[in-house]
Amino acid sequence: MTDLSVETLVADTRPDGTGAESFAPVLPVDLRVTGLAKSFAGTPVFSDVSFGLSRGEAVAIVGANGTGKSTLLRCLMGLIPTDAGSIDVVGTDVRSASSSGLRAMRAQIGLVSQKHNLVPRLSVLSNVVQGLLGQKPGLRHWSQSLAPARSRAAAMAALQKVGLAQLAQRRADRLSGGQSQRVAIARALVGQPRILIADEPTASLDPAAGEDVMDLFFDLARQEGVTVIFISHNIDHALKYGDRILGLANGGMPLDARAASLNAEQLRGLYD
Amino acid sequence: MTDASLPARFERPSALAFLGYAAAIVIILWSFTGAGFSIDKVVSSPPRFADFLDRAFPPNLEPQVLARLGWKMLETLQIALAGAVIGITLSVPVALLAARGLIAPTWINQIVRTALGFIRAVPDIAWALVFVVAVGLGPFAGMLAIAIDTIGFCGRFFADDMEAADKGSSESLTATGARKLDVVACATIPAAMPAFISTSLFATEKAVRSSTILGLVGAGGIGIELKVGFDLFDYPTAMTVILMIAVVVISIEYLSGWARTKIIGVVR
Repeated sequence: MTDLSVETLVADTRPDGTGAESFAPVLPVDLRVTGLAKSFAGTPVFSDVSFGLSRGEAVAIVGANGTGKSTLLRCLMGLIPTDAGSIDVVGTDVRSASSSGLRAMRAQIGLVSQKHNLVPRLSVLSNVVQGLLGQKPGLRHWSQSLAPARSRAAAMAALQKVGLAQLAQRRADRLSGGQSQRVAIARALVGQPRILIADEPTASLDPAAGEDVMDLFFDLARQEGVTVIFISHNIDHALKYGDRILGLANGGMPLDARAASLNAEQLRGLYD
Repeated sequence: MTDASLPARFERPSALAFLGYAAAIVIILWSFTGAGFSIDKVVSSPPRFADFLDRAFPPNLEPQVLARLGWKMLETLQIALAGAVIGITLSVPVALLAARGLIAPTWINQIVRTALGFIRAVPDIAWALVFVVAVGLGPFAGMLAIAIDTIGFCGRFFADDMEAADKGSSESLTATGARKLDVVACATIPAAMPAFISTSLFATEKAVRSSTILGLVGAGGIGIELKVGFDLFDYPTAMTVILMIAVVVISIEYLSGWARTKIIGVVR
C-alpha cells in the first residue's frame, strides 16, 4: 500500500531531505519569501515558510482548511502583519515598506477572490475601472462616468478579453456567479499587473463554470506573461494549471515541487 | 431512548442574578414614585379627557383657519426637509471620522463619537431654544435644530453602517494599491448605501415629527398654533392642528416605507 503521509511525500519531492525543495529560478524573481511565520493571538498558523516565484511562473498552493493558505496570500500583499521572516514582492520589502511603498507594490498585483468581491451596486464597467485605482488614484477612477477616455477604453478592453463587453452597463449584483468572477478577473487584469493572486477563484462556482473561469484565467495570464499564485482545493486544477505546487500542512510548507513530478494521490496525502 | 434526564424548565437564578432582579424592581418602583404615578388620577382622568374631547369636537374646519394652518404645516415640512437634507449631507464626512478603521486614527474616532453622543443627549427642543437665542425667532432656528439633531442621529448610524459593511470589496481594492479614501468612496460607502438610505429615511420621518413641536419655543412651524390653541382654550382649533400633524406624520411614514422598499427592496 502506498504511504501518502506528508513526510513520505516531502521525502519524495526533496532530493536532500533537509527542507522544502528550493527551485533556483531561471527567470527574474518576482516574489521571494524567507522564513515567514504568522500567528493569530499566540496560536501559530505557520512558520519557517520559504519559497520564490520566477516571472511568468504559475504556482498552486494546496492544503487542508486552517493551514494558512489565505493568510499566506494576505501576508504577501501586506494586508496583515507577520511575525518573522522576510517578503520581497517585485523589489519591495513588504514587512518594512511604508504605506506608499505598499500601495506602489500592490499596484503591480491583481487579486481575484473566492467571493469575487465586486461592488454590487455599481456597473460592471465601473468595477473594472476601479481596478486602476492603485495606479491612478482619485475621484476620476471612482466611477466609469468620471473616468478618462483611456481608462474607460482599457476597462472595456479587459471586459472584451473575458467576453463580457456587452454587459458593461449591467449592475454587478445582477450577474451570474461565473460572469461575476469573469468581471473580477477583468478588474485584476486591467492594470496589467506583474503578479496575479487568486484565492480559490472557483470555490463559489459550479464545476462547469469553474472550468471555464480557470481556462480563461490561465489563458489570459499566459498571454500577458503574468506570474500567478493561486489557492485551490481542487487537486486536478492544481496539477493542470500550476507549474509548481506548494503544500501547507502541520504549521509549515512541507511541499514545494514541480507539478509534473506529482500525482493526485500524492497531493491528497496533504489532506490526511 | 437516552438515559439523560430532562432539564428543568426554568433554571434557578444565582444569588447575584436574584439581587440584580430585585434591584431592577426597586428602581422601577422608585421611578414610578418620582414620576408622580397615581391610580386616583388614572381613574379620575377619563371624565376630564371626555370633557376635552367634547369641547374639541368638531374640529375647527373654517376655510380661513384651514388655510392658515395649512401654510404653517407647509412651513413645518420645509423646516423638516431642509434640516434633514443638511443634516444627512453633513453626517457623511462626520461619520467617516467617527467610523473605526476607515480613514481617521482611533483618537479622532473617539472624539467625534463623544461629540455625536453629546448632540444626541440634548433633545431637539433644547437645540431649538439654543438656536432661537443664537439666530432669533422663526423657522431658521428650527431648521438648524433639526440639522444638528439629524447629524447626531445619522452620524452615529452611518459610522456603524460603514464599520459593519462587507469588507470583501474593500480588501480587493486595497489589494490593488488604492488609497484609503478611494477604498472608502468606491467600496465601503456603496456597500453601506442601503443602510444609509434606510437611516436617512428614518431621519426624515424623525425630522417631520420633531418639526411639529419646535414652534412651541418659537422655532417656526405649526407647533405655535397648537400652543396658542391650548393657551386660548380654543380646543377645536388645537384638535385640527393635532389631526393635521397626525395625517402628515403618518403619510410621511407610509411614503418613507414605500421609498425604502422601492430603493433598497427591504422593509425594516
